[in-house]
Amino acid sequence: MEYMIFAYSDEQQRLDFAPGSPEFQEMMGAWMRFNQELIESGAFISGGGLASTDTATTLTRQADGAESITDGPYAETKEQLGGYYVVEAPDLDAALAIARKIPIPAASFEVRPIQFRPDASTGDPQGG
Amino acid sequence: MRSDVEQAIDHLVRHDAGRVIAVVARRFGDLDLADDAVQDALIEATTRWPDDGVPDNPAAWLHQVARRKAIDALRRSTRVARRLRAAEPELAFGDGEVDAVGRGADDGRRGVDGSVVMTDGGFDPGDERLRLMLLCCHPALDADSQVALTLRLVAGLTTDEIAAAFFVPTPTIAQRITRAKRKIRTAGIPMHLPGERDDLDAEPGPGPLGDRLGFVHTVLYLVFNEGYLSRSGASGAHRVDLCAESIRLTELLARLDDGDPETLGLLAVMRFTHARRDARFADDALVLLDEQDRSTWHLDEIGAGNDVLHRALSQQRPGSFQLQALIASHHANARTASDTDWPSIVALYDQLAAMRPSPVVALNRAAAIAMADGPDAGLRALDAAAADHGDTLDRLHLTHATRGELLARSGRGGAAAAAFSRALELAANPAERTHLERRRRSVEA
Repeated sequence: MEYMIFAYSDEQQRLDFAPGSPEFQEMMGAWMRFNQELIESGAFISGGGLASTDTATTLTRQADGAESITDGPYAETKEQLGGYYVVEAPDLDAALAIARKIPIPAASFEVRPIQFRPDASTGDPQGG
Repeated sequence: MRSDVEQAIDHLVRHDAGRVIAVVARRFGDLDLADDAVQDALIEATTRWPDDGVPDNPAAWLHQVARRKAIDALRRSTRVARRLRAAEPELAFGDGEVDAVGRGADDGRRGVDGSVVMTDGGFDPGDERLRLMLLCCHPALDADSQVALTLRLVAGLTTDEIAAAFFVPTPTIAQRITRAKRKIRTAGIPMHLPGERDDLDAEPGPGPLGDRLGFVHTVLYLVFNEGYLSRSGASGAHRVDLCAESIRLTELLARLDDGDPETLGLLAVMRFTHARRDARFADDALVLLDEQDRSTWHLDEIGAGNDVLHRALSQQRPGSFQLQALIASHHANARTASDTDWPSIVALYDQLAAMRPSPVVALNRAAAIAMADGPDAGLRALDAAAADHGDTLDRLHLTHATRGELLARSGRGGAAAAAFSRALELAANPAERTHLERRRRSVEA
């Protein structure tokens, strides 16, 4: 199965180490190890970190077709989507085990099965 | 009087349906399919057994017929191609047996020692049932669904019985079960034991089953408490006894998990508590522990609780249910209320509050301190607990009932009456309300 893992965390609490500092090196090392392991295990399909929500733009279309564009994320909440992974995993427990290893100190990881992906290479033609 | 066939089917539903569902679900990788197949097989039993007689080995009969039903359903299913691939060896093997069952030939298959052989291919039905319990209590399901699924699939209760036990409409329970099964299927919640797959790190937590066992404990404890608290003298003849059911399931779990000390601790808590059932109510009013008629306590069950607790403690892996069981054992083994070793109970509550702090633990600790060191010490502990758990404690009727008792004992009748009034605003259980009203009248007098 394919799952999407959404990583939500408080942007104010996000670590902001100076590039080159030991803390920065350690954080980058943890991310590189995690990503490398995920790719080598064959579970990685796509994913990455997002720029902060002050760069977000939301396009909203009403039922009558009217559109509006606003500055900012869809939902103004303390915890914001900061990154995502799309992974191949045999079941929910395996997907949760991947989420558990994502090296963010304080975050919520929402794990959802992907029902449909047009470019899926290993789909199930019979449907689920 | 019920016929032999009805009794045999009842027994089958309660004792064997759960493990047959577990085995079939595991074999076909589809819980919903397994549940439907077992229900269909049970219906077939009700129509065939009155004429054919009860098979020698009803559990094996149920397994074979359910497996045939599952295969039939798969063949009809639109999902047929994918599932058939997964189940190919099963189908090749299953056909021969289906014929045997269809001809009414020897239904039961027995091992050389005469024991029931339910499965082929190395599956252990005990493990399958443990997998089913872990699946039903998976943390990805909400608590209500965990309870409904466990009672329905593991305990073999009907949707009607679960609904009656929890005082909710049957469609509510049916909907919960349907939604939970849908989530299991769509989200891919697996039926495997943590750590049994080498592509996964073991779950966090102590013991081979990690945290997962803790979720099962929580569900079983919740079911027990529901049964315990709803014992308000209401007509219970047609209602399933949730206390007895949760004890049965916890005993089963203790057999399946090799006697995990916390499972045994939970079982001991249930045994000690349930042993006092006949003393808890008089004239539809709650009777507090120190006023209960201890001659009505079931001593054999207290003895069983002591044995189970001993088995748990001897493993020297402490846990919160073992601490609760130790507290309950002090009460259960005290001949009279005045024999109760309150200082030891306070020390156990100290440990419990350190291990798993909660408003209820803080409240019970304050009540124990009052018994050990007097009502004023208890009131001080209650104030300290309120400072730690403010709003939550204030919303519990038990907080105000306890405060009322302590104030009454320290001779402050007016303040005690006010506390009982506040408790009455929050209490819902009729037996508890009757008790509180009596207490309020007695301190006002």
